[in-house]
Amino acid sequence: MTERLGIVVSGSLNKGVEVRLDSSTSIEDMVEGRFVTIEGAKRRFFGMITDVSLGMTDQRLSLTPPDVSDPFIAEVLAGTSTFGSLHVSPSLVIGGDASAILEGPQPVKTIPSHFSAVNLATQEDVELVFGTEDEKRFFIGNPLDMEVKLCLDLEELVKRSNGIFGKSGTGKTFLTRILLIGMLQKSRAVNLVFDMHNEYGWAGTREGGPPVKALKQLFPSRVAVFTLDEENARHRGVSTDGVVKIGYDEIEPEDIALLRQTLNLTDLAVEAVYQLSRKFGRNWIQDNLDLKGVEELPEGLSIHEGTLLNLQRGLATIRRLPFIEPHSPVNAVQAIMEHLDRGTNVVLEFGRYRDITAYILVANMLSRRIYAHYQSRVEKADAKGSMRPQPLVITIEEAHKFLNPEVAGQTIFGTIAREMRKYNVTLLVIDQRPSGIDSEVMSQMGTKITCLLDNERDIDSVLAGVSGRNELKSVLAKLAAKQQALIFGHAVPMPVAFQPREYGSAQSYKDFAPQKDVKEDIEKLWD
Amino acid sequence: MVETERVGEVIEASTTGFTAQCYELYQMPPLGRLVKTGDSAAELYGIVCNAETTSLEPGRRPIARGRDEDSEEAIYSSSPQLAKLLRSEFGVLVVGHREGDRLYQHLPPQPARIHGFVYQCSPGEVKDFGESFDFLNIILNAHLPVPGEELVAASLRRMSQAHEDRRAFLVAAGKELAVLLSGNLNQLNAILGRIKL
Repeated sequence: MTERLGIVVSGSLNKGVEVRLDSSTSIEDMVEGRFVTIEGAKRRFFGMITDVSLGMTDQRLSLTPPDVSDPFIAEVLAGTSTFGSLHVSPSLVIGGDASAILEGPQPVKTIPSHFSAVNLATQEDVELVFGTEDEKRFFIGNPLDMEVKLCLDLEELVKRSNGIFGKSGTGKTFLTRILLIGMLQKSRAVNLVFDMHNEYGWAGTREGGPPVKALKQLFPSRVAVFTLDEENARHRGVSTDGVVKIGYDEIEPEDIALLRQTLNLTDLAVEAVYQLSRKFGRNWIQDNLDLKGVEELPEGLSIHEGTLLNLQRGLATIRRLPFIEPHSPVNAVQAIMEHLDRGTNVVLEFGRYRDITAYILVANMLSRRIYAHYQSRVEKADAKGSMRPQPLVITIEEAHKFLNPEVAGQTIFGTIAREMRKYNVTLLVIDQRPSGIDSEVMSQMGTKITCLLDNERDIDSVLAGVSGRNELKSVLAKLAAKQQALIFGHAVPMPVAFQPREYGSAQSYKDFAPQKDVKEDIEKLWD
Repeated sequence: MVETERVGEVIEASTTGFTAQCYELYQMPPLGRLVKTGDSAAELYGIVCNAETTSLEPGRRPIARGRDEDSEEAIYSSSPQLAKLLRSEFGVLVVGHREGDRLYQHLPPQPARIHGFVYQCSPGEVKDFGESFDFLNIILNAHLPVPGEELVAASLRRMSQAHEDRRAFLVAAGKELAVLLSGNLNQLNAILGRIKL
């Protein structure tokens, strides 16, 4: 049964349509973000309420308000002289049109005619738009104030780089975990997660509650946890699949260039890095640190003493990182690549090394090498006409450190974000300061999910270039501080505010993971 | 057809209204009452918009007679000719007509016939007529001897009596008026004040 709300009275394609509410509809039941359908003469439109307002036919009513203490007067005036109106942004055509019937919802190119009836969207309408759970689609949450499921086509999602944004504490991590599980189950992609805060591998923290299970506990056979900090992993009782150590000889000048800001290096020092590495070869860091002063510099290098000191100070910071060794016995990249090749998802935990220097260095180094592998394999596969490698999604946190306008050009992440799926590698960017990310990178992101943001610049940068930006802005600003998010872009037919599905209860684990894991858990509980 | 109460006879008619004279002095229908005239082929519906009792001869005004009488009734009983020298008339604003089974709330093609009998409508007819509120517009736009809002209020109050849910009927009418009088808030308020229960 459809519930009629009112009729379309004016509007435009750019700004959306005005709907005058019927007198029987209470304006207080109308919530921003709800879905409605508009029955045009030829097409059915699907849209979202973006504003709710009060109107009156005679402005004098506002100057001399009627005596509404009399219920009769109040009832007569409601819906006639005084009325509620809605602003609706039609975003899809879901019926009537031949292409809409054959190919599913189509973007709107026109608006409904005058006085078309507006109804609340039914469950079937919403399912038609957002799909139902199936092999490709993954249930990520419910649209606000609705019982229906919002399902994402994850095959489609991982074809492009995506972003998850939101202030600290708004639920980015939970959302990411849900999305990672989705990718693991419903897409062919493998994930490589640079897990700065040890949230995705074994267990994750929950505000005011016991820890929640993370990927490895839910899907033991499909996830490998690597760590940089073996001791910490042992303390936390995490079984790891490998320890990552990095040798000086694996660090390349580009890695240092990226750390220019974090290590407080001057431009000249960065320049000197390239000179030194040319001169010393792979062991340039060790050789450089051994230098006692400019006098010992080999001939042909013209580096100022201050620059050398500045550089040595910076390199010493790196050397102090415990997972950095003069020479690493195992090739971490190789080990991770082997797992990824087998289709195992890899989470790299940073243990106690939550320092941004460590994170940038490691994430950048590993990604660059893994990306190079992928690049060469894709090129070979294309040349031979054989199968391309499995798509890879690299998850990075604190993304503005890698993708800010100054370094986006140099880091591998900037390249991946721009080249997108050319080499089957995409990014899942998690960040709380989207305004710090290079606009070119932002513009290339396929789907963006954003929790509450309240900085004007952050909101602007997330919504840059989206149609209906102003409407979305007000939806975004009104999201609850927790567990509500707005998704828009490539993987969804239209922007939608939603509440992520539950994560952390026994039932939710059961829903996510195959049945037998839960049974095992229960058995363990009684042991 | 059930014979409904006959209240008078048309003595003057035009397209927009007619005047009827009562058979008995002072027996005119109340203000706002729905009345009808004409035959079953073409019935005219009207609303009593005015009533007056005057001398039969325009030049002869009645004179005061009650100085020596105890009550008003006594005046009439001691001067029985009065009932023949005075007459009661009522004016009716035509607001609709029926052709066959269909009821139209707009002016009829022909005015009422002189000497046509005027009947009060039965509650069932009043209820049928109240299905639509198009007649309100006719009242509001008519040139009447009484203020338009008074007649609208009176007719709605009368009609509401034929409905089980008087309030719902009046609210619906009020909403129609709110649309018609969207530019005239004072008039709307005046009517709403007169029809609320």
